[in-house]
Amino acid sequence: MSLFLFLSQLLNGLLDGFYYLLIAIGLSLIFSLGGIVNLAHGAFFAIGAYLAIALTPYTGFFGAVILVPLIVAGLGMIVERLLFTRFYRADPLYSLLLTFGLAMIIEQALRWSFGAAPLAYNMPELLRGQVFIGDFIYSRYRIFLITVAVLAVAALWLLLNRTAFGRIVRAGIQNPDVLGAMGISLRPYLSVVAGIGIGLAGLAGMLMAPIVPVHPAMGTEVLTAAFVVVVIGGLGSFWGVVLAAILVGVVKGFVIGINLPSWSLAAIYLLMFLVLLLRPRGLMGERILRFE
Amino acid sequence: MTLRSSFDRRGFLRTTSAAALGTLAAPSILRAQDGPIILGHLTPHTGFLGPLGEYAVMAAELAVEEINAADGIDGRQLQLIKEDSVNPQTASTKAERMIGRDKVAAIIGEISSASALTIAQTVERGKTLFLNTGANSDALRGADCKRHMFHVETQNAMYVNAEGQHLLQSGLVEGKKWYVLTADYAFGHDLLAGAKAFLERNGGSIAGEDLVPTDATDFSSFMLKIRAAEPDLVALNLAGTQITSFFKQYGEFGLDFPVGGFGFDTAMAWAAGVQNFRGTWPCVWNHQIDTERSQAFTKAFTDKYGMPPENQAWGDYMAIQILAQAIRETKGTDAAAIIEYFEDPEAKFDMMKTREGYFNSENHQLLQEIYAITAVPAGDAENEWDIFTTSEPLPAPDQPLETLIADAVGGSCSFSA
Repeated sequence: MSLFLFLSQLLNGLLDGFYYLLIAIGLSLIFSLGGIVNLAHGAFFAIGAYLAIALTPYTGFFGAVILVPLIVAGLGMIVERLLFTRFYRADPLYSLLLTFGLAMIIEQALRWSFGAAPLAYNMPELLRGQVFIGDFIYSRYRIFLITVAVLAVAALWLLLNRTAFGRIVRAGIQNPDVLGAMGISLRPYLSVVAGIGIGLAGLAGMLMAPIVPVHPAMGTEVLTAAFVVVVIGGLGSFWGVVLAAILVGVVKGFVIGINLPSWSLAAIYLLMFLVLLLRPRGLMGERILRFE
Repeated sequence: MTLRSSFDRRGFLRTTSAAALGTLAAPSILRAQDGPIILGHLTPHTGFLGPLGEYAVMAAELAVEEINAADGIDGRQLQLIKEDSVNPQTASTKAERMIGRDKVAAIIGEISSASALTIAQTVERGKTLFLNTGANSDALRGADCKRHMFHVETQNAMYVNAEGQHLLQSGLVEGKKWYVLTADYAFGHDLLAGAKAFLERNGGSIAGEDLVPTDATDFSSFMLKIRAAEPDLVALNLAGTQITSFFKQYGEFGLDFPVGGFGFDTAMAWAAGVQNFRGTWPCVWNHQIDTERSQAFTKAFTDKYGMPPENQAWGDYMAIQILAQAIRETKGTDAAAIIEYFEDPEAKFDMMKTREGYFNSENHQLLQEIYAITAVPAGDAENEWDIFTTSEPLPAPDQPLETLIADAVGGSCSFSA
């Protein structure tokens, strides 16, 4: 294998990291603030993909890119209000059971409404085909996908770090009791954060629909990868998740680059195993009082 | 707390003695000859083969419904027990439970060649029939064959021979370089061996090859490698949702080397969509086959589920019909009698195709015609299902069906072991 191809695979892996990021960041956010391990995150990813199929005939592809995450975010806020809110102070085991059940209900609901067979979803001709960056060939669609992912994650970072909203959320992550003592109610913030996190999963599902098979169980596959990224990155750390997503992508690219593609998925778990052995709280995990 | 207080000694005695009586009474109920015939349906509902398994379940339900509506088999109703086979270990456990607890007359289903093998080992111990409707590996008809396992599904060699003919005619073999992508489990490995042997016999060479993890959905790295290798043909030995992912991303990356291959399911072409589907593929059955029974099945399935059946649906529907015929002919569900019936070359089955099918008594493969389907150009598809056209049945009418299983890999079959 030539050096060029090896470097191509590394770069491809690095770019892959961005869509891991899109899914994992919401999962991390919801966990950091409310302590809910959202096992239904993948199911919302699937809802995003199916909504894209349902809406595109009316809104066009680009309309769906905007509408789908908003609708899924709305669903997320409803779920937060009705369900998550009862489990913030409970043993994490209960929220695990809750979201596990929710994931199954959503999967079956999708099966009922859209059928079990995988559905086709076309991308606009405009985004099909290859582009060359020097000698490196890449898909035009993925450049679009990564651009949207980077914009979404950058907007989230600005929201969390440059606004009053973000200051309260970050304070809530560190110590919700002190925040309460200062007379700030965390409840509305919890709803919005759940909406944003779940909306990002919906966006990811919408964006992946043209390139992966759309079927009711598609969320399960994604959820595992997202968890690995969150665990490697460390809880409560924005940049930890970013770093972990890119690292997971690069490691996968590296393993394929040295011509062991059948090891590419195993390598990710091996990476998680190593990180947990050497640094149990993840690469950039912070010490958070509530979880100690 | 309430549970403990109400559950006293008497209550305990009442419950356990009732349970004990129930257990004693059960066998006589189950052995009753006029009770329903219980069939175990075991196939993946989840994972990369799950979408195909869903079709299998729908078709099995339809078959049972139709048979029961026509007063069952000699007056006995069919009852279907459906389970997700998940993986080879779970498949074997569930098969054991179906045989031991549910006393099924036969197990029908499976798609994964790896799970089919563990089910076959279990039914062989339990002396129960297993009709394989979706696992293609040659080894299941070779070194791993079992007396109680019969294959309604085609075997890999049939696909290699049929698709091979097409590729030879298209000038894509002799002196040509192939890039081969293979599903990394029993089915793929087996198919890869067959494909390589075919390529060697016919003077082609390998430009590159990769084993693809079964749950992989991202094929971008393979797209980069394929482009760098500049092959004359991209040959696929993929399975399940892998095929859809490949098509979608091959179109996404705008690659245009010819594509062909040996592992295929029409549902995966539908999921890829007319924008992405291309090439010519082997296929055991498709909804365009112009025979009365194929069209009747297509209509019944479409009326019930709102979409046409694909090849996996056909397999499970067919297997139940074939088993029903055997139970009628042998006047019972005795496994030994049905095996004898299936092995009789005079036992013929209406496969909804032009010629009747029959089991090869040496490896229990159901010999039957197969087809090749070819993608239509994106603008020409009338709807989302008719995105391909079907060939005439293969082999040609003057050729015996046995030619399809020539050159099978996977060892030789011996039922005595």
